[in-house]
Amino acid sequence: MGRAAYFRKRLLLMAFVLFGVTVVIFSMVRILPGDPAFLILGDRATDEKAAELREQLGLNRPALEQYWMFVSGFARGDMGQSLLYRQPVGDLVLRRVPVSLALAAYAMGLAAVITLTFGILAAINKGRWPDQLIRVGFLFALTTPNFWFGILLILLLGLTLHWFPVAGFGETPAQHVWYLFLPALTLALQLSAVLIRNLRGQIILTMRSDYVRTAHAKGLSGSLVLLRHVLRNALLSTLTIFGLQFGFLVGGAIVVETVFALPGTGQLLIQSITARDYPVVQAITVISAVLVIVVNLVVDLSYSFLDPRVTYE
Amino acid sequence: MSEKALSARPLADVVPLSQIGRATRLRKIRLAPTLVTGLVLLGLIIVAAIAAPLLTPYDPIEQRFTEAFLPPFSPGHILGTDNFGRDIWSRIVFSTRLDLQIGLLSVSFPFVFGSLIGIATGYLGGRLDTVLMRIVDVLMAFPFLILVIAIMSILGPGLTNLYIAVGVVGWIPYARITRGETLATRHLEYVLAARTIGCSSARIMLRHILPNVIAPALIYVFTGMVLAILTGATLSFLGLGPQPPTPEWGAMIAEGRQYLLLAWWMTTLPGLALLVVGVALSLIGDGLAERRGG
Repeated sequence: MGRAAYFRKRLLLMAFVLFGVTVVIFSMVRILPGDPAFLILGDRATDEKAAELREQLGLNRPALEQYWMFVSGFARGDMGQSLLYRQPVGDLVLRRVPVSLALAAYAMGLAAVITLTFGILAAINKGRWPDQLIRVGFLFALTTPNFWFGILLILLLGLTLHWFPVAGFGETPAQHVWYLFLPALTLALQLSAVLIRNLRGQIILTMRSDYVRTAHAKGLSGSLVLLRHVLRNALLSTLTIFGLQFGFLVGGAIVVETVFALPGTGQLLIQSITARDYPVVQAITVISAVLVIVVNLVVDLSYSFLDPRVTYE
Repeated sequence: MSEKALSARPLADVVPLSQIGRATRLRKIRLAPTLVTGLVLLGLIIVAAIAAPLLTPYDPIEQRFTEAFLPPFSPGHILGTDNFGRDIWSRIVFSTRLDLQIGLLSVSFPFVFGSLIGIATGYLGGRLDTVLMRIVDVLMAFPFLILVIAIMSILGPGLTNLYIAVGVVGWIPYARITRGETLATRHLEYVLAARTIGCSSARIMLRHILPNVIAPALIYVFTGMVLAILTGATLSFLGLGPQPPTPEWGAMIAEGRQYLLLAWWMTTLPGLALLVVGVALSLIGDGLAERRGG
């Protein structure tokens, strides 16, 4: 299959997954026993209130029509009204998206630095103490609850040493970089723990291949072979793992935002759940799923440009 | 050791087969310090969970306001006390029961269901397989934690709902693993032989394929347990898990957050407990994977 055909197939699959995601979220509230209106308002709500809410949410129309309202509303950017804030959900959520995106991008950048540094260090010292140390260290990072690690960072680097602010987002761009460092580091460590394992294995595997031996035989320096020949190929597989891990990064960001009191979508999601602000929960779930779908699509498609040998089945 | 190397030696040097077996077995055990460390750690944790009342001098939920905020190594309270004067050591040990239970129950249904689905779709293929893979595609698009939180927000907080929420997506890794293994197995000779002598599909899947494809899924159980325990602790940290005053590590960390500078031990120590359990399970998973040559 050629690249164009593969792209078409991949986009078709994406359309299907988007459809599936919206159906799942749409049905979640509706398949539950009981009246969603009372679920949202609580048991003590009056019948008139419930009827009003049903009308507002369109819950008294046929399911298919409701689904269409839900999807077409989303496409237009109309995600309904927040029950708690009495504001359009779109405004509420979109105002907070930049904070979350900045956090995710920052974490990805830090994770890239950490992964490359320690992944290469472990691979070239395979079996020796730096490798063992990195392996054990990141095994701990992998199993450390991120909210706890974030609190430890706050306690040590924030409250005790006063190196970093402990909460909030700051005002200027320079402050943003400063304020977001600890939350991004919290997320990055866990992400790198998964990626380093993969990169180390891939580098060791690639080092054994013929073309690397040839490069060495030509008399190229070790570091040049590593950077130009080995790393470029080893990183392909790590990129795929990153795509698969992206969902965990988004989920982790929710918790980390809560720990560091960042005004992002994660904090809004937790607030909305406590307040049973259902339309907001629905919107954030859809948006985060779309984000994961798009990132994985980009990862898959970028493959064919990074590695021209790739054939698609 | 390969057969060739053995036969090249003089006959007198050849070690009896029974001894080779034992030697290799011993070497294998020695070669997997990760597995041994993990098993020993987990053993200690399980003992602590079972013998919790014997190991703890205090009731984990009894409040004694005169003894609040005692630091670790205070007389009578080795790990100190919290804002209600409850003994941290007792709370941590009792919480082991709950968190191990979360880990175990959250993986048991996904493991059984996912593995069976994976084997069935891998062996039968066709439309069933296509449908399954599309369902997997859709569910994988959701960030795991967000989907779990969204489900919990509808079902309400609590342990049972936690199991349901984790179970909705938890079966996917097992289905993917066993499906892949089954695809590699279904054309092997012993499967063809079973089919030739007239075994039913169900019998082939359960008696012939399952025993041969289940090992990698079983190894993943340990990773799944770490993930489930961390998810449980995260939800309880966010206030969606078991409700107070039930001792649970995530909830304890959340309670201690308000007293971070006053009583650092309230947050630090339950997190360490969580870390130890996670490391123990991960070591076992890694050790088993290494032994399979993974």
